[in-house]
Amino acid sequence: MRFMFIVKATQDSEAGVMPEEKLFAAMAGYHEELQKAGVLLDASGLKPSAQGWRVKYDGEKRTVIDGPFAEVKELIAGYTLIQVKSREEAMEWARRFPNPAVDGKEGEVEVRQLFELEDFGPSEAVERFREMEALK
Amino acid sequence: MAAAEAHRAIDAVWRIESARLIAGLARMVRDIGLAEDLAHDALVAALERWPESGVPDNPGAWLMATAKHRAIDLLRRNTRLERKHEELGHELEVQQEMAGPDLDAMDDPVGDDLLRLIFTACHPVLSSEARVALTLRLLGGLTTEEIARAFLIPEPTVAQRIVRAKRTLAKAQVPFEVPRGAELGARLSSVLEVVYLVFNEGYTATAGDDWMRPALCEDALRLGRILAGLAPREPEVHGLVALMEIQASRSHARVGPSGEPVLLLDQDRARWDHLLIRRGLAALARAEALGGARGPYALQAAIAACHARARAPEDTDWERIAALYGELAWITPSPIVELNRAVAVAMARGPAAGLEIVDTLTSEPLLQDYHLLPSVRGDLLVKLGRLDEARAELERAASLTRNARERELLLARAAAAREEI
Repeated sequence: MRFMFIVKATQDSEAGVMPEEKLFAAMAGYHEELQKAGVLLDASGLKPSAQGWRVKYDGEKRTVIDGPFAEVKELIAGYTLIQVKSREEAMEWARRFPNPAVDGKEGEVEVRQLFELEDFGPSEAVERFREMEALK
Repeated sequence: MAAAEAHRAIDAVWRIESARLIAGLARMVRDIGLAEDLAHDALVAALERWPESGVPDNPGAWLMATAKHRAIDLLRRNTRLERKHEELGHELEVQQEMAGPDLDAMDDPVGDDLLRLIFTACHPVLSSEARVALTLRLLGGLTTEEIARAFLIPEPTVAQRIVRAKRTLAKAQVPFEVPRGAELGARLSSVLEVVYLVFNEGYTATAGDDWMRPALCEDALRLGRILAGLAPREPEVHGLVALMEIQASRSHARVGPSGEPVLLLDQDRARWDHLLIRRGLAALARAEALGGARGPYALQAAIAACHARARAPEDTDWERIAALYGELAWITPSPIVELNRAVAVAMARGPAAGLEIVDTLTSEPLLQDYHLLPSVRGDLLVKLGRLDEARAELERAASLTRNARERELLLARAAAAREEI
């Protein structure tokens, strides 16, 4: 089963403050551990929301809103995707995740399990989603 | 923490830490059987302690410290015994041995220990079944029960295999080390073979009612990824990882709604896992960058990559696949590779060209009971409109396979050929 560790944004990450060597080293070390254990699938940091945008929907109407966005704690600054045998194993790995806050103070990592396509019953929408996936 | 919850948490720690633990201990005590016993003692201690105290911040270090204490006790006790029974001259030797491997050695990087453990578990003195069982147990962190379930064999059989394997290693005095120089290549092949064997057992279950056992594929992939981290400069390790990642990317697509196999060209490519394909292609690129494009695993991965890159079956570069099989046949001559080449040639240049190659293989003793030979031959005959012969070949293929799902598929194709007659 796959889990995503979602690193929440902070004022610093949103301001584009790059982490110091120490945090870089801790993150690199942790991901190296994941890799050595054969569980790491993918990981990446995200640029500040100032460089992103949102699409808001209201029925058929859609509006594009440029970043940055205010509610920092709801934003995402990075992710790590792992594949493990059990929920507990994901929990154990999550427990070891270094504090991702650039200033070393308050940080947050949210863990979510991925749906496998098999979790959905067969439906036309799912089939079409699969087709889209093939175009990636 | 509720007891059941604590036990599940400890299981998870065990899965993460057990290989490193056993590897570190094996270097201390020079016996992987004893190392596993010590690690297991530490696990039992954790099961007693942690539900009360909670899982410590660094559970790996806790387990190692606990196991190490026991190891030192044991070594001291043994030394005392030796002192009583042995002559003075021998005693000196024992003491030297004690001083050498045990305490100072803990500074070694963990990775080296894991590599030693892998090479020892896959040592050629062991049968391939024993290597597989030992590797899954010591490196994959699987329990005897899990291994038994995965391979559909009774648990006592697995337990016995593991006990015997450890005894064989001790008896043969297999050193706990990473082979060097000329030996490394051959020993590495033995390791890769074990990993791929596990993968294949999951990917095309050779027996039983399931066409695939995905958990085994995941275990093998995990072992392969670990190995790639430990031996990053070995191109064939990346080649094997590439092959497994790309093949695993098709897992969901190769099983139909009622569990029946779906052949590569009939698969819904939208269901391929593109993350795994991307990882596989990256691993293949690494193998090639290390000068390993001509390795047997890298070549097979390159073939799998041809399929992965084709958005639709008709986009497949069959000429290139046929050429890659040709190269593979040249470095590892095998009638099975030749049979695969025949399929690619048939796709590239028509069924008659493929059949010409297949017909040179029908007297091959190695393929006498191999179901894919009549299966491929039957397919080509269907395409050539020689339906009577085709039906006979497909029925023969069905009678040879041990996989129930595959048998059904072959019989259905034979019946279809009969209807067209």
